[in-house]
Amino acid sequence: MKLDCKHVWEHISEYIDGSVDAKLREEIERHLEHCEICSAILDSTRNILILTADDRTFELPVGFSERLHERLKKEIESSEPDLEKK
Amino acid sequence: MQAAATKEAELIRRIVAGEKELFHELIRPYERMVYLTVFSIVKNEGDAEDGAQEAVISAYRHLGSFRAEAKFSTWLTTIAINEGRKRLRKAKSASESSIDEDLEEKEGDYTPAPLTDWREIPLEALERKELREALRRAVGSLPDIYRQVFVLRDLEEFNIEETAEALGLNPGVVKVRLHRARILLQKQLVPFLKTAAPARKRLFRRAL
Repeated sequence: MKLDCKHVWEHISEYIDGSVDAKLREEIERHLEHCEICSAILDSTRNILILTADDRTFELPVGFSERLHERLKKEIESSEPDLEKK
Repeated sequence: MQAAATKEAELIRRIVAGEKELFHELIRPYERMVYLTVFSIVKNEGDAEDGAQEAVISAYRHLGSFRAEAKFSTWLTTIAINEGRKRLRKAKSASESSIDEDLEEKEGDYTPAPLTDWREIPLEALERKELREALRRAVGSLPDIYRQVFVLRDLEEFNIEETAEALGLNPGVVKVRLHRARILLQKQLVPFLKTAAPARKRLFRRAL
């Protein structure tokens, strides 16, 4: 069976995650070999995911860690020795 | 990985046994994860920071109830999600707008946007600050149910099962939502990607 573009799009997320079965994977790859549009969609989606996972895209507020540990320090100092076992 | 997990289990054991100072060390690798998880729900920096602090304090207080067979990161994420949802409910009841958090997925157009010239966009375009900004905005504008799945899976790099467990969803639902989130982002960023590509000539000159 020959896959059309729409079928490839439906499976694009699972294809990226490597969770499509071997047969479907092969069909998708055969389609990608000759379809510029689907290849471009796949590449752009992948690149968006790479960019998402890049630490510089979603940054913590400046001083976040310092404030967190300061708060935690106060909490630890004020907690009872057996508090966690409750 | 295994060694890190063993070290973590040992840390937890010692904290529960009384070496509480070690909690600072335990939580350090997860600060970003906790913050982003809360942020994915409340979508506001200040609230996300307060919520992340509360979640960490709550994890500290309840560490004794953590079961060793569970994964610490998933357990912690569940606490962060609950904290975020609590804040969202409070904010929403204050503004009287509806919670779309639990809405069923709408039928809609989840087909990607075609772009034919992607291959011509230099990798350098991905380094541009504007693109990061556009991506942040696009993620922020996703419907809640899609954004939460997307953040856990693609930002915090949980696998499908971990994402499902943390959000209390079944893996099939996670896959559908993830697919839609990714397609919606692709669609939203395509027009931007086209304009983000610097002119070839300029690139050439810079190379000289």
